[in-house]
Amino acid sequence: MRGSDTARYALAALAGYRSRTALMLLAMAIGVASVIVLTGLGEAARRYVSNEFASLGTNLVIVFPGRSETSGGNPNAMFGETTRDLTLDDMLAMARSSRIRRVAPLVVGEAEVSHGSLTRESPILGSTAPLLTIRHWEVAQGRFLPPGEVERGSPVAVLGIKVKQELFGNQPALGRFVRIGERRFRVIGVLASEGRSIGVDVEEIVIVPVATAMELFNTNNLFRILIEVRERAMIPAVIAHLQQTIRKRHQGEEDVTVITQDAVLATFDEILQALTLTVAGIAAISLGVAGILIMNVMLVAVAQRTTEIGLLKALGAPARQIVALFLAEAGLLSLLGALLGMAVGELGNQLIGHFYPALPMGAPLWAYVSAVGVALTTGLLFALLPARRAARLDPVQALARR
Amino acid sequence: MIRLENIQRVFQVGDQQVHALRDIDLSVAPGEYLSIMGPSGSGKSTLLNLLGLLDRPTSGRYLLQGRDVTTLNDDEQAQVRREHIGFVFQFFHLVPRLSAAQNIELPMVLAGLPPAERRQRTEQALAAMGLAERAEHRPDQLSGGQRQRVAIARATVMGPRLLLADEPTGNLDRAFGFDVVKILEDLNRDGITLLVVTHDPELGGRARRQLHMVDGGIVTDQRKD
Repeated sequence: MRGSDTARYALAALAGYRSRTALMLLAMAIGVASVIVLTGLGEAARRYVSNEFASLGTNLVIVFPGRSETSGGNPNAMFGETTRDLTLDDMLAMARSSRIRRVAPLVVGEAEVSHGSLTRESPILGSTAPLLTIRHWEVAQGRFLPPGEVERGSPVAVLGIKVKQELFGNQPALGRFVRIGERRFRVIGVLASEGRSIGVDVEEIVIVPVATAMELFNTNNLFRILIEVRERAMIPAVIAHLQQTIRKRHQGEEDVTVITQDAVLATFDEILQALTLTVAGIAAISLGVAGILIMNVMLVAVAQRTTEIGLLKALGAPARQIVALFLAEAGLLSLLGALLGMAVGELGNQLIGHFYPALPMGAPLWAYVSAVGVALTTGLLFALLPARRAARLDPVQALARR
Repeated sequence: MIRLENIQRVFQVGDQQVHALRDIDLSVAPGEYLSIMGPSGSGKSTLLNLLGLLDRPTSGRYLLQGRDVTTLNDDEQAQVRREHIGFVFQFFHLVPRLSAAQNIELPMVLAGLPPAERRQRTEQALAAMGLAERAEHRPDQLSGGQRQRVAIARATVMGPRLLLADEPTGNLDRAFGFDVVKILEDLNRDGITLLVVTHDPELGGRARRQLHMVDGGIVTDQRKD
């Protein structure tokens, strides 16, 4: 028997039993579609996070006080504290490298911001001019912090757009004064709306010069130092330079932690990849269930068509031909079901992407390939038993019935 | 054509052994018209299935055209059935979802013949049976006589030398039954070896050679002159 004839015969059999065929197609399609949609969601989460990190710049090295490991003889380490502050002088010393393009310190606190009778609680960020470029923010009105005033704290502030709206409404804010804590600040700029940027809502913050913030919160300790390296390949050298600088300045103690954007991104990437694989595995179970359904329905098909099988034998079909016919039927069913499922899954992904535009939906190629592969394999595997039962059928008994 | 030597067929039913065929010796020459009669349970259907290679004897030898076919494997037996043997059944056994033409084409599809040749031979067979108008009809749109004619066309389209018919008129009324018998006898006149199993004495009596079976053995073997 020719391959094309086998396929045609199987197709005709599928067309001959519509409801059974539709049921199995549905089961296969649901399995495949759920793999596509779930991996699509997992993949979207992964892309969402890596996009967020990319918006911070991938050449970024972040320094913060305190060791990441808790071992060692330092009793303070047990409380997660450090003996020494990470100061502005430390930062200036670190910045002395040709491999470093920009440096921005970060001091963070909460304070009341008021204008006239309007008051709101707001996160206050103390930093310097390069922060704007490092974090890829944009200024909507006025200007950002003036450059070159690292140690001199002038009373100026840049407002997030929401803070500006709440304190000034539609009135112009530039040149006006706000009160932060006990001091008056002149508004010199308003940040453009940028959405969220890892943990901080740009619209709700107020930015002041770093020295001013340190006075405001009465601290010498920096929360973070953001360092933008000239080229990605220089990151290891820069890290070595930073650690050496700190050891020199902190009497041989290396009491800071240096992390790279890459390392954080890679960790998130791994976690989310594992998550995607897990949901894909769960979805694959539904494919297994579909396989079992195929086996059941094929067993019923064999029982229904005993005379047909007996006839085929009488007409000269050897046992392996009967097996091939039933496997072709199951294979075609699985394939058609998988294609249908892929279409449904793709549609689902598009719909989710439509209603949640923030999620970059789209299942990865391996999800499509493996969903179809698993569908075909389970379909054929579970059809093997019914097909062999059909091949072993006694034609004499089959043909004795009407 | 056919030589059976000391054929036994024993079925195991529960803990009892049933001898469906015992000590069958039979020779059939090419072109013979043979009927096998006997009460039900006499083993005539078992003999027919054995001759059609649908069943294997428990012991004994079966030579078909001088070749020992009892020792062939499944694939080889299937090939012998495909090329040398045609079956006509009491219940027709047409595939319900296939048209008349597709049913006739089925043995050629199984044999892997090229589609152009299949189409040509199907058309010839349909015309020979007077069914050219019914080619695209499905079995449930055909009368009983037409169905059996489709079945005969299917049984002969591969050009077998041996045609086995199991109660070919058992499911038809007299007029249609006579019609079918005429077709089978015409085929025999053209040289095919025809073997009819029936318990209808009128049908069996038409054959030139008549076997009577009782209890798994051949009791009489008569020839008409």
